[in-house]
Amino acid sequence: MLNVIPTSFPTLLAELEVGQHLYWEVAGLKIHGQVFLTSWFVIAVLVLVSFIATRKVERVPSGFQNLMEYALEFIRDLAKNQIGEKEYRPWVPFVGTLFLFIFVSNWSGALVPWKLIHLPSGELAAPTNDINTTVALALLTSLAYFYAGFSKRGLGYFSRYIEPTPILLPINILEDFTKPLSLSFRLFGNILADELVVAVLVLLVPLFVPLPVMILGLFTSAIQALIFATLAAAYIGEAMEGHGAEEHE
Amino acid sequence: MDPIIASASVLAAAFAVGLAAIGPGIGQGNAAGQAVEGIARQPEAEGKIRGTLLLSLAFMEALTIYGLVVALVLLFANPFS
Repeated sequence: MLNVIPTSFPTLLAELEVGQHLYWEVAGLKIHGQVFLTSWFVIAVLVLVSFIATRKVERVPSGFQNLMEYALEFIRDLAKNQIGEKEYRPWVPFVGTLFLFIFVSNWSGALVPWKLIHLPSGELAAPTNDINTTVALALLTSLAYFYAGFSKRGLGYFSRYIEPTPILLPINILEDFTKPLSLSFRLFGNILADELVVAVLVLLVPLFVPLPVMILGLFTSAIQALIFATLAAAYIGEAMEGHGAEEHE
Repeated sequence: MDPIIASASVLAAAFAVGLAAIGPGIGQGNAAGQAVEGIARQPEAEGKIRGTLLLSLAFMEALTIYGLVVALVLLFANPFS
């Protein structure tokens, strides 16, 4: 196999293994253990922060509560902009979970020195670095917008496929497949590309030079989390909206 | 791995990213130029324009990322090796 970055290279932090995993056997299934470990870490961080923020809720927020109220307002505005004033409220938790999970995952991959912890095989990195995580998130988004469309419009949801003309039926059906595909590949590719670039630069010049790229990586990973959440909200809003003439009132 | 397959994979990976970068490059340039023009015309709309620009830039970047994913598959998970 073509490993551009040799795993035997002496610098500790520059290792990067693509396609090598810590396999766990659970009920006959092979699962990628390192993704689970980091996902649990991310989930723990989120739960802990939410718990601390809501333990003593005060009228005038300060500290963690302030931060989380800001995050909540941000997510609420995002959902409101994409889904619409009337329908957005039930979807805030879903969109917010997507955003926070992806955001904390991406940043944990960049900020937590995972490489110091050695695994028997594979290595710890951001959970979104693994295509399975992003595909799962994208498929959840697909399910969510189908559910949103059905619960709002019933079988009238299918009329969306023959709009504006029935000629576009194949393209409209294809769109349902390309949506999760592009969502998952975008996130996975961005995060993996970011880690690869940083790893290659660290391999070449271990000190200071990779720093601007790391900061750029933090920026792009935050933007990717925002984009994933925005697109999920936009798809949900689009599914509920309905372009049909009978829907306009 | 067969050396011919290896060399073809490396070349193909390079071409995949390189060619995939052309279109989005042009597109991003266009979008950024138009955004600058928009801000110059209407400086008070800067925040809105910036948000939309970043979102659309990320969409265009995704196209290059698809090329990158293909390149990564060829390098690290080559199905022909």
